[in-house]
Parts: sequence; structure tokens; C-alpha cells
Amino acid sequence: MTAFRAVLARELRLAWRHGGDSFGALLFFFVAGALFPLAIGPAPETLARLAPGIVWVCALLAALLPLDRLFGADFEDGSLDQLLLSGLPASLVALGKAISHWLVTGVPLLLAAVPLAVMLRLPGAALPALLAGLAMGTAVLSLLGTACAAIVLGARRGGVLLPVLVLPLTTPVLIFGAAAADAASAGLPMRPHLLLLGAYLAACLPLCPVAAGAALRGAVE
Amino acid sequence: MQRLVADGVSAFRGEKLVLDRLAFQVAAGGALLLLGPNGAGKSTLLRAVAGLKRLDGGRFLFDGAEDFAGRAAYLGHQDGIKPGLTATENLLFASRLSGGKIQDALESLQLGPLAGLPARMLSAGQKRRLALARLVVSAAPLWLLDEPTLGVDTASVAAFGDILAAHRASGGVVLAATHLPLPLPGAAELRLG
Repeated sequence: MTAFRAVLARELRLAWRHGGDSFGALLFFFVAGALFPLAIGPAPETLARLAPGIVWVCALLAALLPLDRLFGADFEDGSLDQLLLSGLPASLVALGKAISHWLVTGVPLLLAAVPLAVMLRLPGAALPALLAGLAMGTAVLSLLGTACAAIVLGARRGGVLLPVLVLPLTTPVLIFGAAAADAASAGLPMRPHLLLLGAYLAACLPLCPVAAGAALRGAVE
Repeated sequence: MQRLVADGVSAFRGEKLVLDRLAFQVAAGGALLLLGPNGAGKSTLLRAVAGLKRLDGGRFLFDGAEDFAGRAAYLGHQDGIKPGLTATENLLFASRLSGGKIQDALESLQLGPLAGLPARMLSAGQKRRLALARLVVSAAPLWLLDEPTLGVDTASVAAFGDILAAHRASGGVVLAATHLPLPLPGAAELRLG
């Protein structure tokens, strides 16, 4: 437990020192979201209809940005060896990385989704559904992203491979997340969609760190 | 009493068998110098002992146990120093794991005045010394050193000699691969390649 806390503290300290990385993701989220009204026209009904999808796609893409440096920097400077020698199983090192990615990228995106959704004229009734979905969805993305980042570690052009690997796996998140917000704005129950999202998160929570741990072991060999 | 035992260790690097049924023993307080030309498998051996490289045969025993995760400190070719963190912060992770004193470790390698400086301002030799200080902070009984004094000045090599002596006096074990003279009096030698 001490070792796990030490990994988490280390990750958060590094993220704080390199604050530009997560801030860059946040700015990307805003800028990409703000392009849609320019491209599809400012009609409030159209925007309100598209808002959940826009917020979701932008959030997924923005959360991808810091992923290729998640293990890349540690791998290149030898810190990954030190992390794996801490006595902590590699899967828990990966879980620590995933949690820090969520805290540093997922949570800020969650907060930034509120102004973006309001800007896109999302009905107020749909906002809780959007945020509840995003809270789980960004956590899933952090877990999947960590696993895939570990898998492409050491590969040439890993940065290109990573989105191709992660994005197809996130399609369930996108479908149910956007559907929850859609259902809420149409006055339908959002619960089934959120439950399915929760189920996906529950599956990713144990599986992704294990996969990432095995991939990390392979990468340092 | 033998602390580290290699029992018929074999390992491939790529297609090449670099470690072929290797066997050696190191007693408590002992040191083993790995010698041999480039590519002889010195680094492979060190990474294998650390558990970073999977063995293709044989096993390592430390204090009679095959699993000694967290009890080995490894210093590879790369320093593992984060340029954005200060010298002190770079050692924080190792210190949290072991409870070792950071300031003492920095002082022992004459890094005291640089403690608050971001590691990106340090020279290559100073970064290497910071990586050596991480060994001191870690309470690991087994030290695996790959060219530990590369780029380090003579005064610091002498200081590192005292550190190695103290580590061995407390029953620690040192395994080192080097092409430079290393202050390890009475170390056994293992020729590879």
C-alpha cells in the first residue's frame, strides 16, 4: 500500500510539474468543441441535438493526447525500470498510472464539459446524465488507454498506433454515454445506459491493469 | 553464508545465447565484478538478477528465496532521473519505499548544495551521482550496478568507494559490471563472453 501510494504521489507530482500536458488536453477539448458550431451552423435546435455527441467525441480525443507520454518518458529515461523494481506488481504500477491519468486529465475534462455543453445549448435536464456518463467514460478511457499505451511501448510510431488501438475499444463508452444524455434530453430514463457504462467500467477495472502490467514486463526486456 | 546464488542461469538476448548455464555465489558483504568485452552479457545478467529480464533457464536465489522483488536496487545505463523534478524530489520515491534519508544520501555524494536544483540543470556526471545517491536511499541489500561510475569525477568515485564499503560492511551484496576501476577491494571476478 505504501508503494502504491508512492507511485501515485510520484505521478501526480510529475503531472503537476508538467502541467502543460493536461492543460493542452483541456484547451484541445474546448477548441475542438468550439469548431462544431462554426461548421454546422449556430441553429440552437441542431446544436442541442448534437451536443452530447460533440462533447463525448471531443472528450475521448482530448483524453488520448497525454497517453503516448504516459509510459514513453519513463521508458526512455530508465525510470520505468525503477518503478518495476519497487516491489510492486507491474499491474499495480499500471493502475497507479491509470488513476493519475484520470485525476489529471479525466476530472478536468469533466469540469470543462459543463461550459462546453452550455455553449452548445444542451438542455439543462440532460446535463447530469452527460456528466455521470463522462465520469465513468473518462475512467474507462484512462484504463484502456493505459493498457494500450503499455502495449505499444517500444514500438516504432507508437503514437500513431495508439489511437487506432484505443478508439475502437471505446466505442461502447461513446454509444452508451451519448445515449444516456440523449435519453435524458428526450425525457426518457437514463439509468439503463449508465448501468451498461458501469458494467464496462467494472470489466475494465481489473482487466486493463493486468494487461498493462504484462505489456510493461515485456517492454523492459 | 551465501546470500546470492546463481543456479545454472541461461538467457537469450535476441537469437544469441549470452548466458550459458552460469553458476556463481556471493557471500554476505561480498562483491562480484562482471568482466568481459562489449556484448558479453554483463548488462543482461544484471537485468536478469533484477527480474527485469526473463530467464530462459536456471534461477537466482537471494537469502534462499527465489522471489526477492523490492530487495534489489538496480542502476542501469540510464540514470532514471526526471529533469523536471529537483534533486531531492527525484529521490522521494525511493525514500518513500525504504524510509531512507534523502539529505544524508545527497551529502554523501557531495550533492548537498544542489538539493533544491531542478535535475535538468545538473551535468551528466552530477545526474549519475544523483542516481548513485538513490542507491544509498534505497535500503535494498542487493545492489546491481551497470557502469556505475561512468562520467563521475575521481573525488566522487572515492566517496562512492566509502558508500560501497559501508554497504558491504552491513552485509549487503554488490554485483557490478564495469570497464573502469571500481573501489571494490577483495571483489571476486566473473569473466563473461
